[in-house]
Amino acid sequence: MASASAFTFKRPSVIPGFGITLGFALFYLSLIVLIPLSSTFLKSTELGWDGFWQTVTHPRVVASYRVSFGASLAAAAVNLFAGLLVAWVLVRYRFPGKRLIDALVDLPFALPTAVAGISLTALYAGNGWIGQYLEPLGLKVAFTPVGITVALIFIGLPFVVRSVQPVLQELEPELEEAAASLGASRFTTFRRVILPSLMPALLTGFALAFARGLGEYGSVIFIAGNMPMISEITPLLIITKLEQYDYAGATAIAVAMLLISFVLLLLINLLQWWSRKRHTE
Amino acid sequence: MSSKHSLVLTEAPWLRVVLITLALTFVALFLLLPLAAVITEALRNGVEAYWEAIVEPDALAAIRLTLTAAAIAVPLNLVFGVCAAWAIAKHDFRGKNLLVTLIDLPFAVSPVISGLIYVLMFGMQGWLGPWLAEHDIKIVFAVPGIVLATIFVTFPFVARELIPVMQEQGTEEEEAALTLGANGWQTFWRVTLPNIKWGLLYGVILCNARAMGEFGAVSVVSGHIRGQTNTLPLHVEILYNEYNFVAAFATASLLALLALVTLAVKSFVEWRAAQQAAAARNAEPPASVGSLA
Repeated sequence: MASASAFTFKRPSVIPGFGITLGFALFYLSLIVLIPLSSTFLKSTELGWDGFWQTVTHPRVVASYRVSFGASLAAAAVNLFAGLLVAWVLVRYRFPGKRLIDALVDLPFALPTAVAGISLTALYAGNGWIGQYLEPLGLKVAFTPVGITVALIFIGLPFVVRSVQPVLQELEPELEEAAASLGASRFTTFRRVILPSLMPALLTGFALAFARGLGEYGSVIFIAGNMPMISEITPLLIITKLEQYDYAGATAIAVAMLLISFVLLLLINLLQWWSRKRHTE
Repeated sequence: MSSKHSLVLTEAPWLRVVLITLALTFVALFLLLPLAAVITEALRNGVEAYWEAIVEPDALAAIRLTLTAAAIAVPLNLVFGVCAAWAIAKHDFRGKNLLVTLIDLPFAVSPVISGLIYVLMFGMQGWLGPWLAEHDIKIVFAVPGIVLATIFVTFPFVARELIPVMQEQGTEEEEAALTLGANGWQTFWRVTLPNIKWGLLYGVILCNARAMGEFGAVSVVSGHIRGQTNTLPLHVEILYNEYNFVAAFATASLLALLALVTLAVKSFVEWRAAQQAAAARNAEPPASVGSLA
């Protein structure tokens, strides 16, 4: 913004409707999102600092952070590789059914989480299509933290694919040609030329998948088994506390989660800004 | 585009086959199988049992409530999305980036918390709870709470699709229309809307899919009263927890069908939008030459 407009709120424009559209947007945003969200922070002050701290550091709650963080991190890491692979194959190669696969990648966005939850549980239970082959190998998936990770892999995949795909599509072939003509092997070109340009998008996808995994509820609770200290996720603890009418306790955990989410949101915004900057340079 | 790559530089054929196979295996394992499992489990006891589970009164009530919640949430968020995008994309003002971030906020919040906030506002122990009870208004553990939670979780969809589309469009066409004497409403209706219709439809489809499929947030504010405050996803959960697997998966298959329709329409919209963009690109050079002459 130029210094001339330093004291104006809005740059003048002939396009009408600014006041009413912004007014309505702010009103609706406050009513639906901002005021209700701030109620969590106000409610959590009821406990006082000590009560708040005791609630959010209770061993059972800490165990749930471990489960939620561990499973989300593991799932996001799997998706980092799988997402890159799927995006790569979709952008670079031709094969029958490619458009169908491309459309199918968004299934986790479109499929209600409860449906994903019961379906994955049916697949990975001891007598399920996949579970019956894994169980004899000593690998129990359903009703363990591994099952939570599987559900979060499902939920997180499109985040990585859809972050990487457009960047990969617009990567200039000249760079790869230059690397190859300078004698780099295909693998070296990939590692030293392609991967660095994909890095911001990959990290963005990773962070998005991770953030979504932390808060995910519907797809996880069916397959998790929900055993306290072992396979209980943090969002479920909020529900448990609510069912015991412990509103302040539920809110304290919610506030802890919200703070983590906001930090992640900030991080994602920074990553996207970095990605855009890099892309336009 | 891909042909250019394959001519110049690519991986060895065997590696390509390996990578494609790996990617397809992953997609089949994690995306196709869950879909197939829903349908198989739903039809386990034959078509008749399937049909019975769907036309059962509680299931029909759940379908009705799901449609009602979406029918309220989607239009409201549509109006909000258009207003927000108009203010943000067509005007320059301070704090714009902050506003864009705030609009995305519901995506960063766990669904469970999205439900919790309305319990804190309108529940018996909540701020407005006592007042609401006095006036015999029920919001939480009733239909209004379900609608509110649905609005919250689908809040950003339309706005976040429209903002980039409208930003890319710029303001020149609107300014031209206004100079030619069109009023604001005519300008929006005749100039802006045709330009953004695919982006708008895209946002509405995603918004609708989430509105009908939301589970966590709705689960917190619903009283889980059969036939009254159960949406389709909640109905699936209840049936599943009662070990009524065939009925649970039959109900779930309706939602899976919704997801497939969503994906199909979404692909169609993407295809049409790409076509429109290509047509615009092709039309541009002669137009600019004309204006120069």
